[in-house]
Amino acid sequence: MSRLSAFARFWYDFIVGDDWRVAAGVGVAIGLTAVLSSSGWSVWWLMPLAVVATLFRSVWRAARSAAPSSMSGRSDAT
Amino acid sequence: MTRDVFLFLSAFLASAVEMVEALTIVLAVGVTRGWRSALTGAGAALLALAALVGLLGPSISRVPIDTLRVVVGALLLVFGLQWLRKAILRASGYKPLHDEDEAYAEEREKARGASRDVRAGVDWYSFTVTFKGVFLEGLEVAFIVITFGAARTHGVALAAAAAALALLVVVVAGVLVHAPLSRVPENALKFTVGLLLTTFGTFWAAEGAGASWPGDEAALPAILAFLGLASFGAVRALHDRRDALAGGRA
Repeated sequence: MSRLSAFARFWYDFIVGDDWRVAAGVGVAIGLTAVLSSSGWSVWWLMPLAVVATLFRSVWRAARSAAPSSMSGRSDAT
Repeated sequence: MTRDVFLFLSAFLASAVEMVEALTIVLAVGVTRGWRSALTGAGAALLALAALVGLLGPSISRVPIDTLRVVVGALLLVFGLQWLRKAILRASGYKPLHDEDEAYAEEREKARGASRDVRAGVDWYSFTVTFKGVFLEGLEVAFIVITFGAARTHGVALAAAAAALALLVVVVAGVLVHAPLSRVPENALKFTVGLLLTTFGTFWAAEGAGASWPGDEAALPAILAFLGLASFGAVRALHDRRDALAGGRA
């Protein structure tokens, strides 16, 4: 069980990463684009705006929660 | 044509950045404990990655194109935003930069302290560490190659060629320098890769969800410029915030 959960954890970290809200934001943006475009709207502009909004929210949240100690020392990869 | 250039560049840079980090691990283990097992581990990892691309690449292209574009777009967006998010936080001082010299010293220290377990002429510590290092660093590149290939005719071949070329460049540089490639501007490269992956992800996800881009693939440079401006704006805003906080404390 612990191996299975470690395996699942690895793939979660690999795909979703540090902030699950980014993946959720991407999902919402795709869903909204699909719904609106199937109703005949021209929504090419929606995805770039949603991506930037998701990115801004994520980096801002990370910056607000960054303690002074996290601004020094060795970084993880990627 | 635009897509192919972007695709090649994205796969090349992503592979280069990840292989610089993998090279640090292989060098540290090889220099400390001997090259044979370290190179065997690295070679086995590269073979495993090539097998993964060879198996998944052709089979994924059997999925219907619109579904595939949504899935590929979503994956590239999630990967790209992870790269971009970390690069922005590093560039604005909220996250420490990745230091190859420090990583190298740390890996050498661990390699010195580990016990020697030799079976079938292979030092298993060296084999395992280099296999794991190269495989994990390369896994994201393999996924990028597969996803690019899925959404584009001959995409796997083009992306795999770009990744292999980057690997060759990094290996040659590593052999010549015989030290970690700490002078490579890693964060700038990661920023660029993040922007390129997010650009492709935005384009394909929207297209797969039913949106039509004005000018079709000519929209790619415009998306890249928009995301680039927004990202640099975010770095600037976070820098200012950090300076304001530091000024407030002083």
